[in-house]
Amino acid sequence: METTLGKPKKTAQTETLNGSHALVRSLIEEGVSTIFGYPGGAIMPVYDALYDYQDKVHHILTRHEQGAVHAAQGFARVTGQPGVVIATSGPGATNLITGIADAMIDSTPLVCITGQVFSPLLGTDAFQETDVVGISIPVTKWNHQVTRAEEIPAAIAKAFYIAKSGRPGPVLIDITKDAQVQELEYLYEKCEQIRSYHPIPGLDVEMVDQAVELINNAKRPYLLFGQGVILSNAEEELKKFVEKTGIPAAWTILGLSAMPTDHPLNVGMLGMHGNYGPNVLTNECDVLIAVGMRFDDRVTGRVDQYATQAKVIHIEVDPSEIDKIIKADVPVLGDAKAALQAFTDKVNPNSHKEWLAKFRECDKMEYEKVMQHEFFPDTPVLTMGETIKMVAEKTKGDAVIVTDVGQHQMVACRYSKFIQSKSSITSGGLGTMGFGLPAAIGAKMGAPERQVVTVIGDGGFQMTIQELGTIFQTEVDVKILILNNQYLGMVRQWQQLFFDKRYSATEMVNPDFQKIAEGYGIKSKKISERELLNDAVDEFLNHKGSYLLEVIVGKENNVFPMVPAGCSVSDIRLE
Amino acid sequence: MLNIRQEYTISIFSENHVGVLHRITTVFTRRGINIESITVSESELDGIHRFNVVVTETEAQIKKVVKQIEKQIEVLRAFFYPLDKIVYQEIALYKVAASAMKNGMSLEKLIRDHNARILTVDPEFIVIEKTGHKEETTALYYELQPLGLLEFVRSGRVALVKSPKRFRDYLNAPELGKRISEQAVRDLAKKLN
Repeated sequence: METTLGKPKKTAQTETLNGSHALVRSLIEEGVSTIFGYPGGAIMPVYDALYDYQDKVHHILTRHEQGAVHAAQGFARVTGQPGVVIATSGPGATNLITGIADAMIDSTPLVCITGQVFSPLLGTDAFQETDVVGISIPVTKWNHQVTRAEEIPAAIAKAFYIAKSGRPGPVLIDITKDAQVQELEYLYEKCEQIRSYHPIPGLDVEMVDQAVELINNAKRPYLLFGQGVILSNAEEELKKFVEKTGIPAAWTILGLSAMPTDHPLNVGMLGMHGNYGPNVLTNECDVLIAVGMRFDDRVTGRVDQYATQAKVIHIEVDPSEIDKIIKADVPVLGDAKAALQAFTDKVNPNSHKEWLAKFRECDKMEYEKVMQHEFFPDTPVLTMGETIKMVAEKTKGDAVIVTDVGQHQMVACRYSKFIQSKSSITSGGLGTMGFGLPAAIGAKMGAPERQVVTVIGDGGFQMTIQELGTIFQTEVDVKILILNNQYLGMVRQWQQLFFDKRYSATEMVNPDFQKIAEGYGIKSKKISERELLNDAVDEFLNHKGSYLLEVIVGKENNVFPMVPAGCSVSDIRLE
Repeated sequence: MLNIRQEYTISIFSENHVGVLHRITTVFTRRGINIESITVSESELDGIHRFNVVVTETEAQIKKVVKQIEKQIEVLRAFFYPLDKIVYQEIALYKVAASAMKNGMSLEKLIRDHNARILTVDPEFIVIEKTGHKEETTALYYELQPLGLLEFVRSGRVALVKSPKRFRDYLNAPELGKRISEQAVRDLAKKLN
């Protein structure tokens, strides 16, 4: 098989470098100044080159490659730029896979670089050899193995172009050790197009017109938006569109923060543990406008009972998402920003006060049945809800909230407040426990001027707890809120509701998290009483440097509302 | 119609790069779809390979699969066709013991009747070639068996579209999501001429 990547010949513009230096220089050309990684045998020449560029490229040594990839995800989500990860061959490479899969399903741009054994050893079961290109095919947007130094600049250029264009995603470049040490004539040219790849389909005016006609005639239009709005920088366009049309808008979990929480047309969160109105009224709208979202099963519930009464307009950059789950009556392929702009230009100004009022009525019901018990419980035991509410009030919605996965995630996403985009970082599609702590480190590196609070359960915390070491070494300021219910709470909730309370392998006997934090030089506090919460959260947020606040919450509290698996969104339960 | 399982031929045009086959097959394996036959070869365009994949599936599923295949960075286009939209062939080779020739007229008649031909004659065996649809090559297989069939091999399907268009014209057909840019079409056209 041939390779198609460019190989510059020696000219006046080229410079003789080895592959590793060429790699680092290529990364610098792409504007990279932060890298997350972990060294090892097959990537040592690259680490040697990094030593020469410490003034330009800040390498963050995590404590596990999974930590590196999640940190890069956090960095990417908060900056909108590809996160960069470097790992060695074999176990270094395989340890990246969970994070790469997470980035794939959540459309996060990553460029992962792995070292590989010398090319003559490929396929010989050499020490720390694994076929990472083969392993990562299903979870990468693109991947490629480089066996010759001269291919490195073009491979990196292509990697960045693919990772960040269109629907973003993770890319992996595997570089054999001989390619890292060979010399090449270095010349960097950015990649601007690939003939077989068309990241953004052109907007079809006819589809826009059909959509606009549906919207203009709709009595109960309803808009759902996902991360596509954030990825295409369409926050303003979304706001203008809903404000002109008066259409209520709900966010998916990954769409969180794309619109201010308190915007009068923001009706809340979709999904299994989303808000009551956004779920139940899905089956009452007449036109459903989906923007940059993919109808995940956690959003749709039972598909054959999902919005069957509505005409569906689907704005989506990825053609394979159209009709994948929900048939679009009007598919609008293209960039969300351009599509929303075109919609806004053409739609009639409108308002849907009565329809919007229905959402607010639902909110009232949800408040009475769910939220007030969460915020003002009649037991002395603290709830996740009141803790998150206090953090949200004290940060005034200005913090970046990074969550792990489970009950605390749902509560954090439900009750956090956001005033600016790219403020919520969570593992949505893959639901990766252990995501929170390293992602928060990456988020803080990407947005050092912002307060970063990560909310984690006692279970997920222990999946990547070693990243406290990264915090210790880098002195990064991350506020860690552990909501400890001494259970794998979400699984326990399901066991309670659907498995006859048979709590199989969900009870956790936890270590003393304060002692662990102390070992890493991180200030910490544990509280279990309501009267201490206010001061504890103040101290937590105002502390200079990282801080771990452990809040002991009700052991068997459940997250509601809930759309039970396999049920329609209209069957959402409030209790 | 969308939910009736039938045989489809998927034509995929991709760059000739390492790993593309793997990327394409994972789209099928992930959904538990069995590939009944697959052929890959260079197309009339330099550097562009053409895959022909035969599967039995519903149209609804095939549409999703084809879009997932087109989503792969190195795939230019993918199309799917029911049987009546393509002209297709498979090739089969049959190794028969030379003793079969002693059987008087029967081998000659078989070869004539089936429009097969003899590729090579060895003192101990002969190799017969037949192109056709699977049913046709299978029919000859059963007739040769009693004469001493030593080995049999059949290729995957190759197929062309029943359309007067040239490759580069339908490469930009808008049926499915991925439209290649005007520039890309011009570049491809240049290569073709």
